[in-house]
Order: sequence, then C-alpha cells, then structure tokens
Amino acid sequence: MRSLRLPRSPKVIIGLVIVGFFIIMTVIGPWLAPYDPSSTAFAPLLSPSAHHWLGTTSLGQDIFSQLLVGARATMVVALLAGLAATILSMTVGIAAGYLGGWSDEGLSLVSNVFLAIPGVPLLIVIDSYLPVNSRSNFFVIGLIISLTGWAWGARVLRAQTMSLRNRDFVEAARIIGEKRTRIMFTEVAPNLLPVLASSFLFTVLYSIGAYVTLAYIGLTSTAVWNWGTMLYWAQANNAPLSGEWYWFVPPGICIALVGTGLALVNFGIDEFINPRLRAGGLTARQRRQLGLPRRIRLGLTPVLHASSKPKIVPAHAKLVSQ
Amino acid sequence: MLARRLLLYIVTAWVAITANFLLPRMMPGNPIQTLIGKITNTVTPEEIRAIRLSFGLGFHQGLVAQYFTYLTQLVHGNLGISITLGAPVSSILREAVPWTVGLIGLSTIFSFAIGTFGGALLGWTRGSRLDSLIPTATFFQAVPYFFLATVMLLLFGSDLHWFPVLGAYSPTVTQGWNLAYIESVIRYGELPLIAIVLSSLAGWMLGMRNMMITMIGEDFVLMAVAKGLPRRKVIWHAARNAILPSIANLSLAIGLVVSGALLVELVFNYPGVGDLLLQAVLNEDYPLIQGIFLVITLAVLAANFLADIVYLWLDPRTRTVAAV
Repeated sequence: MRSLRLPRSPKVIIGLVIVGFFIIMTVIGPWLAPYDPSSTAFAPLLSPSAHHWLGTTSLGQDIFSQLLVGARATMVVALLAGLAATILSMTVGIAAGYLGGWSDEGLSLVSNVFLAIPGVPLLIVIDSYLPVNSRSNFFVIGLIISLTGWAWGARVLRAQTMSLRNRDFVEAARIIGEKRTRIMFTEVAPNLLPVLASSFLFTVLYSIGAYVTLAYIGLTSTAVWNWGTMLYWAQANNAPLSGEWYWFVPPGICIALVGTGLALVNFGIDEFINPRLRAGGLTARQRRQLGLPRRIRLGLTPVLHASSKPKIVPAHAKLVSQ
Repeated sequence: MLARRLLLYIVTAWVAITANFLLPRMMPGNPIQTLIGKITNTVTPEEIRAIRLSFGLGFHQGLVAQYFTYLTQLVHGNLGISITLGAPVSSILREAVPWTVGLIGLSTIFSFAIGTFGGALLGWTRGSRLDSLIPTATFFQAVPYFFLATVMLLLFGSDLHWFPVLGAYSPTVTQGWNLAYIESVIRYGELPLIAIVLSSLAGWMLGMRNMMITMIGEDFVLMAVAKGLPRRKVIWHAARNAILPSIANLSLAIGLVVSGALLVELVFNYPGVGDLLLQAVLNEDYPLIQGIFLVITLAVLAANFLADIVYLWLDPRTRTVAAV
C-alpha cells in the first residue's frame, strides 16, 4: 500500500502551517481575547493602539477580541458542515459507484440536481425562514450548509469508486461473501482516502464562504460572533467608506488566509493522487537534487537514470517507483 | 447526451420550484403568520388576502390543491406580490435582471477566457518562475467576493477616484439609448466587473493548469512534438483537450460565481438582483426572496445548458457516445 505522506513541497507546508495556526486560534482564541467582544465599555472608533490592537467599533467594542472569539464560530460551523457533507457524499457517492444500475441512476440524479441548484441562494431562502434562535445554533446552520455542499464530493467519489469496483481485492471480498455495505465501507472507502480528504477540505472551504456570506447579509444570529458578523457590522456602520480599515480588513484577511491554507493543502493531496502533477509541483531545488532538467519542456513524468543520479534519497525514490 | 442533460435541468427546476412551495409551509414557527401580523398596518387588506392566498393560509385547501394553484400561478408568470415594495415580484425582477445578467454574464466570460488562457500557460511552463503565481492565485480564490469588492471600492473608487462608484450609471444622465448613458453604464460597470473577474479568475486558472499538466503527459502530445510541430501548435493541441473538463465543471462553477457576484452588486449598490435580495432579506419580504431564488436558479440552469452545448461542440466524442 502506498504511504499516505504528502509531498513535502513548500506549498503544502505553508498550507499546513496556516491551517494549524487557525485551528489553534479556534481552540484557544476565546480564552486569549483580552475583553468581552460584546462589551461596549470603551470609547467608540478608537484607532489601533497598545490597549486595543485593532481599535474599537462604533459601539466601543474591542475588535481584536471579536476577531479571536469569532474564529471559533466560523471554524466550528465550517468543520461541522464539512464533516456532515463528507459523510453524505461518501455514502451517496460510494453507493452510486459501487451498486451501479438503477441505484446509480437515482443517486446520481439527486446529486446532479443538488449540484445544479446554486447553493448560496438556496441557503439564503432556507435561512430566512429559520426562527431566530435556530440561526445561532451551530448544528442547524452547519447541517443546512452541508446540504448545499455535498454533491460535488459525491460525484468525484462515485467516479473513483467505479474505477475501483472491479479490482481484484474487491472481487475477492465479493467472492468470500462479504456484505455489500461492508465491502463499500471497509474495502472501497479506505482506498478513497486521498479523494475523501480532498473533498472534505473543499467542503470546509465552501462552508466558510457560505457561513460568512450568510452572516454578512445578516442571516445568522448577531449574538454569535463570527468573522461574517464582524463584516456585517462594519458594513452597516459604513466602516469601509469612512476609512476604518482596521474594522473590516482583519476578518476578511483571516477568511482569505484560512481558505488559502486549505487550498494549498488540497494542492498537495492533488499532487499525491496525480503523479504527473507531483512532478510538476517539485521545487527547483528538489528537481536539481533529482538530476532533472531545470525546465521540463515536454510533459513526460520525469524518469531518472542511474547515471544522472548520484544518491537516491528515499523520499524521492518513491516518485520513481510509481 | 444533450437530451439527458436537458432532462436533468427540467428535474432540477421542478425540485427548486417545489422546494419554494414547501419551505414556507414546513418551516417551524409559522414565519408567514408572524409576517402578516407585522405588516397589517402598512398593507391593504386586499394585499394581505393575496399574500395569504399565495402561501395557502386560512383557505382550508389541501396541500395538493395549493400546489396546483401555485403551479398555475407560476405558469402565468405570477410570482406573488412583494410585501415591502407593494408591486408584483415579476415586474420588480424585470427591472433588476438585465443588470445582473449583463454584469455577471460578462464577467464570467472574461474570467473564463483569461483564466483558461493563463492556466494553459502556467501548466505548460510548470516548474518555472511563473509557479510562484500559484499561492497568490489561491489567495484571490479564497478571498470572499464581497470583501475584495469592498477593498477595491475603497481603494480605487473612494481614495484614488479612478472609477465612479455606487450605482450603475451617473445620476445626471438621462436613461435611454443615448451615448452619454451607455458610456456611463460602462464606466460604472468597470469596477464591479473587475472585482468579480479577479475573484473568480483563480479557480479557472488553477483548474486549467492541473488539467494541462495531466494532458501534457499524454501520448498524443508526445506525438505532436515528435512530428516536429511548432511549440505554439503543440500547446494549442494540448490546451484544446485540457479545456474540456473546465467546461464540464461549469455547472459547479457558475453557481458559485453567481452566488459570489450577487454580493458584489450589494457592495457597489448595483441595481441588480443581488442588491434586491439583500433588501428582501432585511425586510423579510418572503415572496420577493423566493422569486429571486427561482429566477437565479433558472438562469443558472440555462447557463449550464449553454455550457453543455459548447462542450458538445468542442468534443466530437460525446456526439456518438451516450455518456454524461
């Protein structure tokens, strides 16, 4: 079995560092926050200073505290939605790909329908009908977001399952008389791990965007601090146009950074799944160590020759053996 | 293949229409009843009757009968009456839709063209210094559309005064087919357009790059090089094949682009559907929210179908094989 180590390209490392940083912020952010994010005890619209690193809002709330506290809601909802959507897409995708026939037709139709309906407008409709107290519930919001975000993963997983279902080891499990659900979840699913991981990260990325969008147009409870509500209040008080950049820029940058981190890690997974991409993703230094030309003009997966390679480094040897 | 796709879109449209019907009736807390309680003072009893009728309240009709009434209304283009604006939803939408279609349609075409071209180039020159563009592109892909739009509005609109901002045309010109008006519409559309293109560009670019790299490893590209074709032709050869998955992915992408672009309208006060949607959400104007959702969905489905036709035209294999 192939080892699950990601290629050690700088892209992946940077991505992992960014994601790791924000996960830590999710866990300890609310404890680190110097003030209560809702407290209006300070002077309004203070510029950043030693006391208020990011200044205060027009209501005199500490923006830095809001940013730290807001990380948790944003990340938790996105992770919940990503998890729920991945479970859903795994079930539907693998079942459709493995069972084939009418089950496949039906399940594919459902996922294609969900893929074609624009997710965020649907979310807005559903959310606008929710009672206000449900809008602050992480689980409710997370589940609704996952409902609009699972279909893409299901489609990818279905295609991958179809390429696996006639392999020998699956055939063997079938002949032994394993139950279908067992084959699907213990034989097929583990081999889809990279695809599953990629689809999970993608859904988390989508969920952050969706949640922040809902918050930005005022459709999540304003009692819960997340980066979207921060932007909502900044916009509602005309912070962008009156030049209070410290109010609306930090949450936006945080959202973008988390997204960048997730996308970079996903890049690594893509390179893991697709060896051709991996060769394309090597850095100049790695390529020099491998004895490859500086620029690969023709797009063959690079092949190493013993003569051009003084010493084989184990991590790179894998590249060749595949 | 085309017939199959069309069938899918018809089913999807039906699902969206039915969801639109069921949602207000199934949600906990009876939102419509609450709403009617709130607006009794501002709306005539006649209009309340119409709203009650369209949401099936107090008319002791079965759900099935209500559903058929709803469908009949829909076929006649009747989307109900906006609660806050007091006008039929369909006529409100008729004013807003052209702005949105123009802005989002144009920016999608631009970003697809530029992104695909750039992606093909990035894929071909992989491993070169151009690769350092990838993290930047990823960052732009991850920035929420509305945030990038806000920053651009602030920077290039209010600070540098490079572009006029807020609205879709100068308030001083008279609307209609005169040169001043058309020029003003173009000037006011530039910044929102650039904002949407910048936000959506990276997705096309990265997807195309990856497809290009995969494609370059195929035998037919090696063959093309072996034949001694000039490099320009080889790139075109590979790119034409790499572009197919990009177009196949349009269905996913169009939905995301539209969702993001709607919020850009909101930032720029652009008088399109996005701006309308925000007002509707703020005022809990359910008939308007639902009408907008329906129109967006149908527009996205139509765009998908267009993409399918283009795909079919580009890929001769799909014309014979009945595969989706």
